[in-house]
Amino acid sequence: MINLELPRKLKPAIDQASAVATSVFRPISRHYDRAEHARPSELDMLGAVVDGLNDAGQGEAGAAGVRRSKGTGENRNGSNMSTVLSIIECCWGDVGLLLSMPKQGLGNSAIASVANDEQLERYKGKWAAMAITEPECGSDSAAIRTTARLDGDHYVLNGEKIYVTAGDRCDAVVVWATLDRSLGRAAIKSFVVDKGTPGFELVRLEHKLGIRASDTAAFVLKDVRVPKENLLGDPEIKPEGGFAGVMQTFDNTRPLVAGMAVGVARAALDETRALLEEAGVVIDYDTPAEHQLAAAATFIRLESEWESAYLLTLRSAWMADNAQPNSLEASMAKAKAGRTAVAVTLTCVELAGSLGYSEDQLLEKWARDSKILDIFEGTQQIQKLIVARRLLGLSSQELR
Amino acid sequence: MTTDVPAAPARTPVSAPRPATPASAAPARSSAANRAKPTRKNQPNPMAAALAVVRRIAQSPLLDRPGWRPRAERAAYHATKTGLSTVAAVSRTFEAATRLTAPQRPSTRRSDLFDLTPTEDQQMILDVVKDFAAEQVRPAAADADTASATPDELVATAVELGMWQLSIPDTLGGLASERAATTGVLVAEHLAHGDLGIAVACLAPASVATAISLWGSAEQQSTYLPAFVADAPPRAAFAVVEPHALFDPFAVRTTARRVAGGYVLDGVKSLVPAAARCELFLVAAQVVDGAGPAGPALFVVESGTTGLSVEAEPAMGLRAAQTGRLTLASVTVPERARITTTTQADGCTVDPYREAVRLSRVAWCALAVGTAQAVVDYVVPYVNDRVAFGEPVSHRQGVAFTVADMATELEGMRLATYRAASRAEQGLDFSREAALARRLCKDHGMQIGSDGVQMLGGHGFVKEHPVERWYRDLRSIAVMEGVVLV
Repeated sequence: MINLELPRKLKPAIDQASAVATSVFRPISRHYDRAEHARPSELDMLGAVVDGLNDAGQGEAGAAGVRRSKGTGENRNGSNMSTVLSIIECCWGDVGLLLSMPKQGLGNSAIASVANDEQLERYKGKWAAMAITEPECGSDSAAIRTTARLDGDHYVLNGEKIYVTAGDRCDAVVVWATLDRSLGRAAIKSFVVDKGTPGFELVRLEHKLGIRASDTAAFVLKDVRVPKENLLGDPEIKPEGGFAGVMQTFDNTRPLVAGMAVGVARAALDETRALLEEAGVVIDYDTPAEHQLAAAATFIRLESEWESAYLLTLRSAWMADNAQPNSLEASMAKAKAGRTAVAVTLTCVELAGSLGYSEDQLLEKWARDSKILDIFEGTQQIQKLIVARRLLGLSSQELR
Repeated sequence: MTTDVPAAPARTPVSAPRPATPASAAPARSSAANRAKPTRKNQPNPMAAALAVVRRIAQSPLLDRPGWRPRAERAAYHATKTGLSTVAAVSRTFEAATRLTAPQRPSTRRSDLFDLTPTEDQQMILDVVKDFAAEQVRPAAADADTASATPDELVATAVELGMWQLSIPDTLGGLASERAATTGVLVAEHLAHGDLGIAVACLAPASVATAISLWGSAEQQSTYLPAFVADAPPRAAFAVVEPHALFDPFAVRTTARRVAGGYVLDGVKSLVPAAARCELFLVAAQVVDGAGPAGPALFVVESGTTGLSVEAEPAMGLRAAQTGRLTLASVTVPERARITTTTQADGCTVDPYREAVRLSRVAWCALAVGTAQAVVDYVVPYVNDRVAFGEPVSHRQGVAFTVADMATELEGMRLATYRAASRAEQGLDFSREAALARRLCKDHGMQIGSDGVQMLGGHGFVKEHPVERWYRDLRSIAVMEGVVLV
């Protein structure tokens, strides 16, 4: 039957993530926001705990490759949903610290999604970041300029990558490079580059508006030789397939990023609600908004936008669990959640007055953290393009 | 239309024959007490005043300029049309053929998985409703809006399809073994995809049956529900909204004053669908000088009761629902007219009025979702076909992004509405979810209506296309309380 409440069986995973958020992330949240680029060593132990749980088959808090499940006809609430729910809880704690969880990088998702068995074994236990963006290429990832040239048993990589999350702390970086720029997106492949490979140099760590606990790195690749076994997936240049396969990783991770936005927005709402109640503001769900204090009416408006973002996010995860193609719904979720998190966190600062603006509370930090969620892994504008093209049946040539 | 006062149609009586009388004749009194009641003093005769205005305008020499007189006459006609009251429609005699010993309540079921798939039964109902909406409702919508009336055949078909019985317990001849709030939402959504005004006309009477099913006493169920499952069920309306600014459904100005044996109701209700044709009303009134729960209570009022009068109240939208204003002037109802249930089947306390307000808000959300979907479905092919500057306008981000936002917000409205209904149906508290869904549907529903006109440009503004009607109808979501229930 139609039901939008969460199943009891997912409660342990949610509680686990919530405990991490409350007892590990929140207490160190302000510290690492101020001490940008200091490594959050508290998370190493947490990483070990998560590993232990995953190995014992009890944990769900991993960035396991969110693979497509095969449909069985029976309704499933599976790993896509539980991962999204864990992420929502963790980001209620701290978005930057979630991104700094050891061995939970986007590169790990890519490896888990498209690697062959030999690669999976080789990179087991390694923390892998993902390097796609270049100074001249953000949204237009098909136009990347980092090249990979086959030379005997190695590929030789040359180029520049920026905005690599966990670039400093990771063990390896999954680098997108093109085998032949003239062949467009079909020639783009991903290569696992181990740290310490000669020519692979971290040149800068960014100073950012938010998620300052997360290290964001820039790399230069100068004649970096990687074994050809480090190419993830199929080395052949096919007209269709390759690029789409890598982009499919994004289809799967988009709901997770939406979940991050839902989590941080929820944190702001919870904190603001407590402050308003302390100030004597009563929030009533039955009384018309016109009869309540403006702050209460505004709160309800923010909460309703949050509810929309939350349910859209859950839906896209549910569809993935049930083997339903969810590209449209994932983009809707990411678009709605990204813009809602920014609007909610900023308005909560306003509602909370100086307590919202001062570093004494975390509200101002969440308003800074939320902004990136509407930008990375597909900007608001790109999500709208994807949604619009799907609805209108237009190609990227027609709707640009 | 030559007259603004539709005659009450002859009805098949349930238990006792009664003569068919035109609405303007004095209705049968149900008690000697009413017959003896004096008229209120110092009340100006509205008809005389209206006619005086008409007389003065008619005598004016200005009207003899070419073309002015017909226009002015139309204006005068409209002025009197809305100024004149009529007494409410005559109602059948509602009497229980058999008496229940206990009220029948649908059961609740809990689910333990997140799921967005309708059940097989729901899907069967939906397929039928979708056909009806597309093949019969939508083609009739423009004319119904212009005529401010829904054809009787459409309402009759809705009844035949079981839409008035969705929440009546199957033990009483209805279709419900379990709470059917989600089914109600799905039906309202898909019917509104045909037309919101017609959907309201088709669903409004069911709300009274639903209320009596959920909260009526054994006596109220015995008396009224059989009529709803028989042939030619009564028109009915659930009246909450009142015509004053900052209306709060929890602070209604309609009063119910305790008297020996019952209550006397006084007040005015606004935007009541098909008010002139209703045989039964469910009225929200505040009990004064009495003990009992705070807040308004619900009263079942038969239309033949003395003191009821109705006038047409056309509005920005919902025109096919033939909205009217219902005035209650010292309307005496017996004790048994009041809904007094305070506990649910599971023993938990319930405030029927509060529940009714929340459920009706969820129902309005469902209507908004269906109408907004109609807007999106209309706009998508339009912007792909419309060419400007050498290519379809859908190729421009300004247009494409608007469509993307419309569709995204619509999905959020829909999921929030489903969540509220699903919680209600499982017996979970749903006040928060109903409020959030309402907020989303008010704001984004209206935005979608506005964008719908915008995407058609000048063509969106004229009645050749339906988007202007959907713009007008979608504004109702923010204003309406009561009227429909799931």
